[in-house]
Amino acid sequence: MSVTILAVDDSRTMRDMIRMCLAPAGFDVHLAEDGVHGVEVLDGLSPDAIITDINMPRMDGFGFIDAVRTQDKHRATPILVLTTESAPELKQRARAAGATGWIVKPFDPEKLVKALTMVTG
Amino acid sequence: MTDINDPMAEIRASFFIECEELLEALQDGLQELADGSEDAETINVVFRAVHSIKGGAGAFGLEPLVRFAHRYETVLDEVRNHRLTATSDAQKVFFQCADHLSDLVRICRDDQPIPVAEGEALLTALNALLGDEHEEEEVTAEDFQPLGVALSLDLPDLDIEAEPETPCFDIVFRPGQDLFATGNEPQMLLRNLAALGEAEITCDLSTLPPLDQLAPETPYFQWNIRLTADISEAEIREVFEFVEGLCELEVTASGVDVPVPEIVDEPPASEPEIIVEAPIVAAPVVEDAPVELKVIEPEAAAPSASAAGAQKNNAGPKSVVRVDLERIERMVNLVGELVINQAMLAQSLDQAGLSPHSDAMNGLEEFQRLTRDIQDSVMMIRAQPVKSLFQRMSRIVRESSAAVGKDVRLLTEGEGTEVDKTVIERLSDPLTHMIRNAVDHGLEKTAADREAAGKSGTGEVRLTAAHRSGRVIIEVSDDGAGIDRPRVLSIAKSKNLIPQDANLSDSEIDNLLFLPGFSTASQVSDLSGRGVGMDVVRTSIQQLGGRITITSERGKGTTFSISLPLTLAVLDGMVINVADETLVLPLNVVVETLSLGANDVQMLRPGEFVVRVRGGFVPLYDLGVMLGYRSPRETHEGSIVLLISLEDGNRAALVIDGIQDQRQVVIKGLDDSFYRAPGIAAATILGDGQIALILDPTDVIAAATPNRIMDKPMPERKVANE
Repeated sequence: MSVTILAVDDSRTMRDMIRMCLAPAGFDVHLAEDGVHGVEVLDGLSPDAIITDINMPRMDGFGFIDAVRTQDKHRATPILVLTTESAPELKQRARAAGATGWIVKPFDPEKLVKALTMVTG
Repeated sequence: MTDINDPMAEIRASFFIECEELLEALQDGLQELADGSEDAETINVVFRAVHSIKGGAGAFGLEPLVRFAHRYETVLDEVRNHRLTATSDAQKVFFQCADHLSDLVRICRDDQPIPVAEGEALLTALNALLGDEHEEEEVTAEDFQPLGVALSLDLPDLDIEAEPETPCFDIVFRPGQDLFATGNEPQMLLRNLAALGEAEITCDLSTLPPLDQLAPETPYFQWNIRLTADISEAEIREVFEFVEGLCELEVTASGVDVPVPEIVDEPPASEPEIIVEAPIVAAPVVEDAPVELKVIEPEAAAPSASAAGAQKNNAGPKSVVRVDLERIERMVNLVGELVINQAMLAQSLDQAGLSPHSDAMNGLEEFQRLTRDIQDSVMMIRAQPVKSLFQRMSRIVRESSAAVGKDVRLLTEGEGTEVDKTVIERLSDPLTHMIRNAVDHGLEKTAADREAAGKSGTGEVRLTAAHRSGRVIIEVSDDGAGIDRPRVLSIAKSKNLIPQDANLSDSEIDNLLFLPGFSTASQVSDLSGRGVGMDVVRTSIQQLGGRITITSERGKGTTFSISLPLTLAVLDGMVINVADETLVLPLNVVVETLSLGANDVQMLRPGEFVVRVRGGFVPLYDLGVMLGYRSPRETHEGSIVLLISLEDGNRAALVIDGIQDQRQVVIKGLDDSFYRAPGIAAATILGDGQIALILDPTDVIAAATPNRIMDKPMPERKVANE
């Protein structure tokens, strides 16, 4: 069974790139445009891992991670933060919200795949 | 940097389209800020727009874009976090930066060389905003570039192979309380560690409490790992990068690979799967146990979040589908055919003598309504809000006001007004010119002049769009001094554009501005000079099937008003008969219709006539003769004449045989296999299936009179109701 990923990013370019890099690697990629949309998509989806941006309209990455973690079935779902931010305090905040890992954009497709393989097993 | 394979190129293209949207959002946000918006989300939108551009640019290795966007974003972030106030000076810099950013985006898109100077100046301006305490940021900005390239995921290269005679590490890994809460999983970490080399993993269960005291989501185990791999300690730590701070980790290099005595009692776990019992405690329990009870909670949480977001959503970007323009064109054509076909059907049913109350006629009526709806909808696909155009103009205002040293504010209205895409594209140049004119000539020279006239020192240029009776009205107005009519008149006289003794009404004087060769600027300024006059503006508007008019009040300002058709695919036409042919004339050129009396026509010389219209003389042409349909008539008495206004400002009277109708016609281009007949612009198919040619009156008359009237403008005969 293929690994299901939910990627949340407000930039269409980023979503396209994530899909382009993950789909050929055999991931089943689902996309959402912001935190609110992400929560909606998550309803009825059980992703093996979630990728999220931080700076997004409506609900940002922190809020989204919070929202995911409050859902029992997603309490242990790995969440990778994919962002251009690299400030330690933001990393800390994301972790406090429940983020599993932090990847700085722009990303190397191969490494993103590896990171996902790593957290999903 | 990136491979130019197809998907990548496509994403790149889509990135630049997204950039345009982001730049638009950026402009909007900045404008809202300038208008004094208090909403915290506004600055967030501005920030995110720049941020997203930076993010995408990084992915495509567009370093100049990344560099500039990063610095811009840094400053915006300061504003966002209330560490910096967006003063009006700062806002000016922000606008300039937004302009520069959009330049950079276009430059990067077209792979053109980067103009360094402007960017450097703006970077300096941004640095100045940041002030001294951010000096260290300088370094980060410079550092960002390598980051863009190195973009280390901070993950180990998993493909390093274990070599013989390799160093050996003893690793102690003790997960902390919160490790599970972040979705991390010891099994995965250990598996990745094992992938680095040869690993012996043992689980230390000594801290495991009795079952009744066990909290299922707390990590209790400690793992001891002996890893034999030719790697550095840093690489080992990298595996644990995500859990750094969430666990205790000890890594000691033990050099030689010798069995460790104290773990002999435990089964050596070179296969990571052996430790699988640990995750069983953690993960599955989480998944199964409490779900049923608490399932309501997330649902309750989610809608409230969506509701909060939904309000913002109204202002959010609309979702769009990108469609090849050609497909839309094809659809527009097909719908055009449908309209014609429907009209033909209606006519034949009518001729068959069916009762108007028959089912067929009722059905046809419905069909007619649907066809019209489809036609409207298809036209709407091509329509776009004028917003992007207006945003470009706000940039023009900023640039031109800076160039002439005036303080100018642009007010826009009706940005959501939708106009055909082609019209929008072709409006850009004339509108740019008009805006520059308004800033340069329309407004008073100095703020002091304005204040003396009892106005605010800041000049106002207003740009509005609105739908009015099936057309789009775009107005450019300024609150400047108005047209200096005596000066305009004297210039026109000195340039011999009008006779020295001409006596013109105010509106006629205003219209002199549209004469070729007229320029009121005594010095050709940097800005609106360049040899392009309002005549060129008028020509381009007319080519779009539009009209431009001017109104001005001394001391109050000047307004240019453009009236445009909604689309170029249909035309408001006057259907006329000439020598048994049916022709269509664009309605916007027709000024009035006349019926000739015996004394209205005067002969200048054989074959050349003028017609008397309200005390003036207008050259008279027989359309049937000009198009070669018939030979000249003896007398024009009783003929129907159309008074038309030509693109050069002249008028002409066309003799025709009859007027059928005024209606919208679908424009059908004549393809290249036709001989390009002078005076014929296109064709259309009428309701009865008949083909009618659409005339281009200016071209008809130019073709008929190679060098007679056209080089002698007769503005003194102009009627003011243009």
